[in-house]
Amino acid sequence: MEDTVIALSRLTKRYGEFTAVSELDLNIRRGEIFGLLGPNGAGKTTTILMMLGLAEPTSGHASVCGIDATRNPIEVKRRVGYMPDDIGFYEDRTGLDNLMYTAMLNRVPEAEARRRAVELLDKVGLGAALGKKTGAYSRGMRQRLGLADVLIKRPEVVILDEPTLGIDPEGVRELLALIRELSRDEGLTVLLSSHHLHQVQQICDRVGLFVGGRLIASGDLAALSQLLDGSSSYAVELDVGGWSDALANALRGLDRVTAVDLQETDALRATDRSDGFVTVRVTGTDDIAAELAAAVVSSGASLLGLRPLRYGLDEIYHRYFEGGNTVGQLH
Amino acid sequence: MANFIDKLKPALAGSREGPPTSAASRGPSPFWVMVRKEFGDHIRSWRFVILLAIVVLACAGSLYASVSALKDGQSASAASGEGSSSFLFLKMFTETDGSLPGFLTFLSFLAPLIGIALGFDSVNTERNKGTLSRLLSQPLYRDDFLNAKFVAGLLLIAVVIFSLGFLVMGMGLFTIGYPPTPEEFWRVVVMLLITVVYVGLWLNLSLLFSVRFRQAATSALCGIALWIFFLVFYGMIVSLVGNATSPADTAAASVVIRHQDWMMLLSRLSPAYLFQEAASTLMLPDTRTLNPFITQDQAYLAINAPLSFGQSLLLVWPQVVAIVAETTVSFAAAYVAFMRQEIRSRS
Repeated sequence: MEDTVIALSRLTKRYGEFTAVSELDLNIRRGEIFGLLGPNGAGKTTTILMMLGLAEPTSGHASVCGIDATRNPIEVKRRVGYMPDDIGFYEDRTGLDNLMYTAMLNRVPEAEARRRAVELLDKVGLGAALGKKTGAYSRGMRQRLGLADVLIKRPEVVILDEPTLGIDPEGVRELLALIRELSRDEGLTVLLSSHHLHQVQQICDRVGLFVGGRLIASGDLAALSQLLDGSSSYAVELDVGGWSDALANALRGLDRVTAVDLQETDALRATDRSDGFVTVRVTGTDDIAAELAAAVVSSGASLLGLRPLRYGLDEIYHRYFEGGNTVGQLH
Repeated sequence: MANFIDKLKPALAGSREGPPTSAASRGPSPFWVMVRKEFGDHIRSWRFVILLAIVVLACAGSLYASVSALKDGQSASAASGEGSSSFLFLKMFTETDGSLPGFLTFLSFLAPLIGIALGFDSVNTERNKGTLSRLLSQPLYRDDFLNAKFVAGLLLIAVVIFSLGFLVMGMGLFTIGYPPTPEEFWRVVVMLLITVVYVGLWLNLSLLFSVRFRQAATSALCGIALWIFFLVFYGMIVSLVGNATSPADTAAASVVIRHQDWMMLLSRLSPAYLFQEAASTLMLPDTRTLNPFITQDQAYLAINAPLSFGQSLLLVWPQVVAIVAETTVSFAAAYVAFMRQEIRSRS
């Protein structure tokens, strides 16, 4: 825990009446990939801007690599690579020119800047488009150029604001894999903001849920789902052929089973309804898959499938937003 | 894209060997990097080429008009035996045969346009294209950004104005075959310098608009509106106010003079008027005073001879200071407006 790279304490930003970020406490360790998760307008970007000293906090303190971001933003910006959510380049300049410009703004001598830029462009797969004006780049190419742009100053911390916005799924997969590689091999600390759950889930070590300017939960996936449910609960989905109410009652009667719900069948499977195949979700206080299977089989029904359910971020996200709304109404 | 991850790995592993930017091999400061880039952008832009073409055409036209006027004038004065060839070279900048305005008039009219065109979209376009937030997340001071825009613009303006001025001098030399005296040369150089400062004022105003307005079109329109206002309407408004407040014919001389002084002050708020006064005084050494009212004694006692260069300079010094002051004020306004703005991507 002593190796904290980003430390925010009671960080608050108000715009007039509106509070964009409220009393935020957050610590991010070296080499970690942290996902900042939240809907649009939750204050993610504002938080990032305060870390870079581009916005001044109303109160509280932000420090990056042990440097006060509000007082000494230049030093912070020397160590932090930031990719804005809607990154722009000088469209009448080539990709190489754009990268070299960034490098030279970081006081890299021209020859070295060119060497690094060519190298990075080649590595992000833009070697062929090196001399092309960025105005002609596609969205995915610009995003990759953005990543090269962030890396050219050799940062210690990389902050990516919505890096996957507007790229096709394959591109997203590769981008995320790349980010993960970087973090692992170079010891880069990565802060990733997104409203895309699945992506964050794939690569982040820890996740912070951000709603209405507050960090309402943070931790790894298991910790979050624990936090969410209060008590730990398990859910199993069963596909059963020959479903009957008697069987439902039998299942409810089982030890440690708290609920049995009939699930809506996917539209795709609607055609299968003719053979009486039903999906049921059973929740219990412990792992009850074995008992359930035994109960279904012994009742004479046919068990077509059995899936233990883990709560994904999706679930957590969804529940939090339901909760977030009620919190909003109370205030 | 398929294998770019694999390719990136060794590159990054190799690229992190040395400490980031060792003190020994530091590049130039970000400020000059930005100035260089801005300067290059200006020169490459179509807008600049078009603008330059307009200004060059105007200058060539005025040169033709003045040279033909000088030829007529010379032959006329030679016929009457006056032979007033004093400051003939300077007359090339002011004299005209009536078909086109003189070089100086053209310059005072078109030069602000250069300033406006170079500055009107400098900040808001960067903001709208999303490059501003990327730029400011690099280790550079926020004011350096604005300073670089200004310095690059001013440098370019200086290059353009001086090359234009020297071009006219050279062409004139070629056509009239009459070399300038050192005094004439320095008068022209100082005049060009004042022009640069004057265009710098317009550059600053358009920078201010580009900070203030998010749309480049709005800021361009604002700059042009202000330009037209000072060039066309301001004089009209001042004379309107002058007529409305003019003292009665029977009023004492002191009252009339005070009123006139007020009107002068009002006129001299306009940078266009200041520039015209300063430049024409330098170009016409016979101008002895910029005060429209001189007493009979003063007129009678004044020596009927052109002012020396130093004295002319002394005469226009207040005007020059006023233009510099107005430039500074508009830059300060742009500076404050920019520093107070929050940098977000594309908003």
